[in-house]
Amino acid sequence: MSGLDFDVSHLLAGGLVLVSFMLLYQTRIYALLNVYAAQAFVLSLAVVWQAFVQDKPHLYATAAVAFLFKAALIPYALHRAIDRLGLRREVENVVGIGATMLAGLACVALAIVVMLRIENEADALAREDLAFALAVILLGLLMMVVRRNVVSMVIGFMSLENGLILAAAGAKGMPLVVEFAVAFSVVVALVVIYVFLFRLQDRFGGVDVGVLEDFQGSRR
Amino acid sequence: MNALVGLLLVDLALLALAIAGAIRRNNALVYGGALALSTLGLALALTHFLGRAAPQTLVLPIGLPWLGAHFRLDALSAFFLALAHLGGAVASLYGLGYGRHEQEPGRVLPFYPAFLAGMSLVPLADDAYTFLVAWEFMSLSSWALVTAHHRSAENRNAGFVYLVMAAFGALMLLLAFGVLAGASGGYAFAAMRAHPPGAGVAALALALVVLGAGSKAGLAPLHVWLPLAHPAAPSHVSALMSGVMTKIAIYAFVRFAFDLLGAPDWRWSLPILLLGAATAALGVLSATMEVDLKRLLAFSTVENIGLIFLSLGLALAFKADDLSRAAALAFTAAMLHALNHMLFKSLLFFGAGAVLTATGARNLDRLGGLFDRMRWTSLAMLIGAAAIAGLPPLNGFVSEWLMLQAVLLGPAFPQWTLKLLALAMGAVVALVAALAAAAFARMFGIAFLGRPRSPEAASATDADPTMRYAMAGLAGACLLAGIFPGVLIDALKPLAEAAVGAAMPLQAKIPWTSIAPIAESRSSYNGLLVLIFFVASGSAAAFVIHRVASAAIRRAPAWDCGFPNADPATQYTAVSFAEPIRRVYGPFAFAARAEVDMPRPGEARPARITVHMSDRIWRGLYAPIGRAVAAVATWLNPLQFLTIRQYLSVVFGALLALLLLLAIRS
Repeated sequence: MSGLDFDVSHLLAGGLVLVSFMLLYQTRIYALLNVYAAQAFVLSLAVVWQAFVQDKPHLYATAAVAFLFKAALIPYALHRAIDRLGLRREVENVVGIGATMLAGLACVALAIVVMLRIENEADALAREDLAFALAVILLGLLMMVVRRNVVSMVIGFMSLENGLILAAAGAKGMPLVVEFAVAFSVVVALVVIYVFLFRLQDRFGGVDVGVLEDFQGSRR
Repeated sequence: MNALVGLLLVDLALLALAIAGAIRRNNALVYGGALALSTLGLALALTHFLGRAAPQTLVLPIGLPWLGAHFRLDALSAFFLALAHLGGAVASLYGLGYGRHEQEPGRVLPFYPAFLAGMSLVPLADDAYTFLVAWEFMSLSSWALVTAHHRSAENRNAGFVYLVMAAFGALMLLLAFGVLAGASGGYAFAAMRAHPPGAGVAALALALVVLGAGSKAGLAPLHVWLPLAHPAAPSHVSALMSGVMTKIAIYAFVRFAFDLLGAPDWRWSLPILLLGAATAALGVLSATMEVDLKRLLAFSTVENIGLIFLSLGLALAFKADDLSRAAALAFTAAMLHALNHMLFKSLLFFGAGAVLTATGARNLDRLGGLFDRMRWTSLAMLIGAAAIAGLPPLNGFVSEWLMLQAVLLGPAFPQWTLKLLALAMGAVVALVAALAAAAFARMFGIAFLGRPRSPEAASATDADPTMRYAMAGLAGACLLAGIFPGVLIDALKPLAEAAVGAAMPLQAKIPWTSIAPIAESRSSYNGLLVLIFFVASGSAAAFVIHRVASAAIRRAPAWDCGFPNADPATQYTAVSFAEPIRRVYGPFAFAARAEVDMPRPGEARPARITVHMSDRIWRGLYAPIGRAVAAVATWLNPLQFLTIRQYLSVVFGALLALLLLLAIRS
């Protein structure tokens, strides 16, 4: 593999991790959606580059699906949902921003350490890609854990999916079926969460998941 | 037609019948259909078995895609299929009458044919996957039947214990198959046969199979579900569970120990002999103490399973030491006892069901005097009780006698451990046979003789015709199998040849239906002669008594020891009958304590004797496990009440911990 191929894919995957940090940092909902759209855009660029480098035409389709759904459709739908809910609040963090960023850094370090251990068995590109993908996944999970608002939890979940797609695109020989399945799962998740959001708003007049806990039954 | 295909079609038809039973809750349809199908299955299995046909195999493209479903019909599976279908046919005949008294037919009818199908599919399976699916099908459908009368808490508890034990057994069998298949994953039995496991693996697999098949068969200490589940199920289902399902478990054990595990080591036989002996002794002692008729029969099943395992252990030891004639004797005795136990235990459960239908009581101390009121049932029960007590000329005597003959060959063992153990086993078999005779004399005497102890027993009437026919047929079979055991022993020849590589000497050559297990000079038995003696001496005695004394049959008041109290409660009770045996074995086996509360001179209150008994196995093994599970569940209970974010944090934390482990370890 030539140096340029490697460097560009490295750049794009690293960009994805960077955008994940922006998600983690961002506290306003509309900005969060925009950053998520940016992440999906970077993801589709990364997948296009993988398609070009690996000479896999079907990855172009994956990139197109990622761009269409994740960079355009889902942010738009969530925008509308927030409009209809009349929700213009700031997102509440459970943990402070500084601590969150530090935890995120630790996650990235862990991902890189784990992936660099398997040095000999995989080629450099796949390895680096997988390390970044794992970092994106961990950051997405972290975001779901530290946020209290449903919308940002949803976005954390979908950025986790972005990491999965990056891993699927980077690994050679992953059939298209898997990628479609991943994209489909995001759409399903969107539908489920959309319903969940509206139900939550209808029932309890807010999208803070804390109100669900009152309905969990008595503690023994 | 290929017998294997035919038997599979019978199973399929039974499943269709189960669906039909769920849609149309028609007694005659389900039991009549099951009777016809089981008879067909019996005919097919017998044709294959008696015709000594070559093994048939079939692979169907169902189940796991890379494995398929393998089926095989050989002598061993044909024998157990014949046993299962015979039991199924008789139980269905009985069910035609018994099912009419069923309170909730909708909870019995759909599962009954499914249970039959499950039981008759297990012996056909020729790969681990098919075997376990059939096995679990059998377990779950029988669980549904055990919990058919789910409104009583006792039955729900029985169903729960049964389900837990069945799951445990299936898990053990799953692990056994996993160990045998090894890393390469050869799950077809043919692949396992082709590559016999090494010594360590084989011993591990044997231990797992003893636990897995033993928990289904009722091997102590895994027998706890039997005395709970058998009374809970409808009586014809109890008969099937006791007579047939435990035999399917024996089949599983034989299939492993004598076929899949390759050549045995003599040490394998030690745990099996000891467990079998302990099971037999514990079962028969519990049966002697028990006052619930169906629980008594369930404990007696535990006893007989113990005897069969003991005999199989002997066969395994003889086989390991290359004493193949002796191994054939012990193995044939075990198989014959399996068949005999199916016959008389089904008969006894049918009788118990008839008594339960007529009186609504299972407690022996609420029965009595049924001999005059339920003549057919009583006669059938008498024959069944005599057979299970091991009295000649009935079939129970033959198989237990053959077991003792095999024990007497014990001095041929090269190992001193086995020589001495064989003697001890002989003592156990003798003790168990004697105690079983006591238990069944007590059962019959208290339940059927004397005067009725309750108004229900006084107004009992005999069973429905089909129930009578089923019982009469089984009683006749017990008698025939006892008089002509040579025919059965010769028929079992291919079975012994396949399992231990030799067979007992041909019995058909010996004149006058005698049997001689080793050589005629050493020991022989003639059931016909014993029967003729019994009949002749009995009728001579009757003739002499009626001729010399009086020809009239007199009915006089019972002797009341001078107290004019006609209360039937003054009769000998089940508990008092068992008292001497309880005194001898109770403190050791059940931690029994008797407290006597004697009034002082001049006090008017009655004396009281209170007996405390406790199940040592339940208290020592199951209760601690139950407490541990409850403690862990209580400890983990807060996990039920976390917030969404806390659940996510748990997932995240677990992922991070595993990744850290990976990063540090590798």
